[in-house]
Amino acid sequence: MTTDTSAKSRELRSRIQTALNGQTHGKPRPVTVTVLSSLLAVQDELHYIPVEAVEEVAQYCDSTINDVWSVASFYTNFRFDPPGIATVDVCWGPTCHLMGAQDILRAVHDETDVAGEATTSDGRITIRYSTCLGACAHAPVIARDHHLQGRVNPESAREFVSNLSEELGDGIDH
Amino acid sequence: MVSTIDISVEEQETEAESQIDLAFREIRERANDHWRGLTEGDVPWFKVGFGASGQAAGAQDVYDELIASPQFRNGKFALSKVGTRGLMYLEPLLEVKSPGGNSVIHANVSPTIASEIVTGYTEGDGSAPLHETAIARIGKKDARTQNLTRWRDLPINRLQTKVLTRNFGVIDPHDLLQYVANGGYTALHRALASKSQAEVLDEVKASGLRGRGGAAFPTGLKWSFLAPSDAPIKYVLCNCEEGDPGAFNDKGILESDPHLLLEGLILNGYATRSTHGVIFIRQGHDLPIDATREAIDQAYEYGLLGTNILDSDFSFEAEVSLTGDSYVAGEETAMMEAIEGKRSTPRFKPPFPAAAGLWQKPTNINNVKTLAYVPGIVKDGADAFKATGTESSSGTALVCLTGDVARPGLYEVAMGVTIRTVLEEIGGGPAAGSERIKVLQTGGPLGGVMGEEAFDTEIDFDEMAKVGCILGSGGIIVGDEKTDIVDLIRNLVAFNQFESCGKCFPCRLGNTHMLDVLDRMCKSEARPGDLDLLEKVGTNMKVGSLCGHGQLGYNPISSAMAYFEDEFRQRFEGELSPSGSQGDGIMLMPSRTRPVGQGR
Repeated sequence: MTTDTSAKSRELRSRIQTALNGQTHGKPRPVTVTVLSSLLAVQDELHYIPVEAVEEVAQYCDSTINDVWSVASFYTNFRFDPPGIATVDVCWGPTCHLMGAQDILRAVHDETDVAGEATTSDGRITIRYSTCLGACAHAPVIARDHHLQGRVNPESAREFVSNLSEELGDGIDH
Repeated sequence: MVSTIDISVEEQETEAESQIDLAFREIRERANDHWRGLTEGDVPWFKVGFGASGQAAGAQDVYDELIASPQFRNGKFALSKVGTRGLMYLEPLLEVKSPGGNSVIHANVSPTIASEIVTGYTEGDGSAPLHETAIARIGKKDARTQNLTRWRDLPINRLQTKVLTRNFGVIDPHDLLQYVANGGYTALHRALASKSQAEVLDEVKASGLRGRGGAAFPTGLKWSFLAPSDAPIKYVLCNCEEGDPGAFNDKGILESDPHLLLEGLILNGYATRSTHGVIFIRQGHDLPIDATREAIDQAYEYGLLGTNILDSDFSFEAEVSLTGDSYVAGEETAMMEAIEGKRSTPRFKPPFPAAAGLWQKPTNINNVKTLAYVPGIVKDGADAFKATGTESSSGTALVCLTGDVARPGLYEVAMGVTIRTVLEEIGGGPAAGSERIKVLQTGGPLGGVMGEEAFDTEIDFDEMAKVGCILGSGGIIVGDEKTDIVDLIRNLVAFNQFESCGKCFPCRLGNTHMLDVLDRMCKSEARPGDLDLLEKVGTNMKVGSLCGHGQLGYNPISSAMAYFEDEFRQRFEGELSPSGSQGDGIMLMPSRTRPVGQGR
């Protein structure tokens, strides 16, 4: 792997190190730090796992790049490219399925011009399929950055996405 | 000489006991003062029901409206976020406790309604008529509330037996003192002050408590595998991976009453002479994660965790461990891999966890619900616990009722209540727009489905197993007469395929194969012999997989064949058009493959 020494990469590494140290720094009690906890800490901070993070985590946890990749690629919440400014989760689990999730997914795809799990071409909205958001009593459920909205129908799902798109305006990166 | 030593030991013990009592009395007195301040203070106390379900129903908007109101800023009322009261079809739920008086529960509250309710309570002499959203009262009736039913007398509440959910929506889950004021940590205090480790273990054994994570293994027996070991470090783990779609009772406990679980975990540690507890939660579920972390911090602050708990000689540490998204991480050995930071794939057994578990140390794993029963068992005794439920399944079941049912929610019923009672009397029967309930899916995606002829089955581990279903984690998903069974089964198998960890090829490839077959059935492209093929693959998965994910993977199909064989057959005879509202038979599902390094 060639090492990227650009200013952007250096800044990224510094943010990663802060996230890694933040796992234990200033905490009143010992916290178990592992490859997985470190990857979660990085993704919390950056919202994705850049190649720099794989190297930094390997070093921080006294592990190898191979082992870190193996963990990162296993858990489906980890992503390796930056998500949009907002992430919309649409549930496709069994309760939501019975309550019409497939029509919600199609409506969301239609409204955003995105097929499957991907980010809109303007980089503003990432669509994800969730296996369960935990609010099944209000199925079908949709969420924006973990904030849930229940009992959606295809029309309200379209509205949810178009309101979000309007709210994001020109799309200034976070 | 001998008698002198005996006396000094006795004296020391008496002294130690009184120290424990003193330490706890101090906390309890503070808690009682705090609770009196909230309930008998000068201003009304507003409680907004949260949890994931409350949030999905719009509780955050209600809360934001209340906290921004001028009346709140001027100290005219107190405000808390509480957990769910379980009747989720009524959410967002707002309870208002009058100072020194009764409480009124308001249902389906919007921000506008919330501010009308505030006006009613804070303007004039407080005798304004009740808001029309008021549905029940808690406490004695007075002039304003004389026409309101008591909350616990609502038919839907009368049918429930609240053991685990007693505090749900009543106390602020972020406040240890409110838990203590309502009887919390009394069991821990009693255990440390007057019960030996063996006595606590015996009490749990005598209660007949069985594990609520799905396997229904006797809890006391499991604990007794760990207790004898003299290893210097021993772990007790609490499993809140709860990846089952349609189940939210574990997260419900952590969101609504996290100290109940924490007290159970500490008692688990005491009874098995363990040193460390880990609560394992899936990342992304911020409400239960934050509530649990906060609960642990507070417990340390009050000396209920750490070295010499309540000045006793018992020490116990606890922390939260998060997993990435992986359903198999809920399997007990895979969970230990995840806590160690590796891929959550199951381990070979033996060695069993009680011999070599987390970090190769002796370990016990229990589900959230299982542990949450323990404080009650230690406080009120095994007999009191056994008084509810059936001979073989003591206690209650926490049922998550969802789908095409009129009153979806989180309900706690005594074991032995029939499924029909839950569906009709608690759930209110089919939802508006549905004619009848056709199918139930229980026990998560590896559980099964059941048809109407099985609805009179009792909710009981063994009775449900007899009809080909598992109670599992307690999720009951309801499908009405319009449900396309083969399509529902395809969805379950698609989930199982997506979530297979890949370690055992019969599970990894078998689920993919079964999904292919079901997919063509749903597209009306089934081939002769497809049903036999499914059975063959399913059998291979059962015998060739290391954990339940592969072993149980054929369950959804076999149970559906038992109740709805016709619908499968019809798929071969061209009698049914392709599944889905678009008529193309296509089901969208995620892919496990994620692009690397694009867009940078």
